[in-house]
Amino acid sequence: MVKPPDFIAAMTGSLDEQAARHMVTRTPQTEALGFQFVSISEARGAIRVPWRADLVGDPETGVIASGVVTTLLDHVCGLSIRAANAVPQGTLDLRIDYMRPARPQADLVADGHCYKLTRTIAFVRALAHDGDPDDPVATAQAAFALIGGGA
Amino acid sequence: MSTDTTPAERLAAFLARTPYIAFLGMRAELAGDEMTAILPFSPHLIGNTLLPALHGGVLGAFMEMTALAQLAVITGGPRPAKTIDVTIDYLRPGRAMDTYARAQIKKAGRRISSVHVEAWQEARAKPVAAIRGHFQMPTAG
Repeated sequence: MVKPPDFIAAMTGSLDEQAARHMVTRTPQTEALGFQFVSISEARGAIRVPWRADLVGDPETGVIASGVVTTLLDHVCGLSIRAANAVPQGTLDLRIDYMRPARPQADLVADGHCYKLTRTIAFVRALAHDGDPDDPVATAQAAFALIGGGA
Repeated sequence: MSTDTTPAERLAAFLARTPYIAFLGMRAELAGDEMTAILPFSPHLIGNTLLPALHGGVLGAFMEMTALAQLAVITGGPRPAKTIDVTIDYLRPGRAMDTYARAQIKKAGRRISSVHVEAWQEARAKPVAAIRGHFQMPTAG
């Protein structure tokens, strides 16, 4: 498979906005889910997923499935690690608490923060909300293994 | 617990009513009371095209849906259980191939149930990921 250069940059280079946008919108699963790049700053990232009928978990409520929230939170954790200039190799563990259902037909936004890097591990917190970050739909705590940690 | 539907009917109803399960392409089979969930490989499930590997979120979501499906098999109501929390352990890369999962209900409570799920690809003894989760049971009636 031919790898486009911007994909390589998104995965391994220093993270400018173009590479971050690519990381969020151009992997097959995030493209299928319709993820949109929101922002990056030092060790932080944000991603939006617009509501879509085929992503619903319970058709009686019209709320986006918790599985979509899982992928959104996992991905925003990876983005935050890249925004801290480290390269995630993979998720070790991811704990998610679902505080409340999202509003029916609401878009979701996830904010991630890579608050600690060691040579081999990144520790990340993230939350998903449907408009007000102070009233989150879900919160997450994750540890990721890093590439090039010199382990 | 419902007596007017069979476990197979309850499983089929759960799978059919959940749009996100169709998005994943997930299926499930029942042998007696033992359910095996199947996530056939599809290119849209890839999260890392360099390896390539399934998106970690997809594996987590697949196992969570497996837990909800297993709970739907043992409960009769039309509404699915709701996820309270999940802890996902990633054990091996999820490769670009079919994935299977089985759930164990550790406690089937009236209000809250505790479920463990393991997912594997080539060998059941080499799981790619596992979750533990708590689920709010649907209210009766």
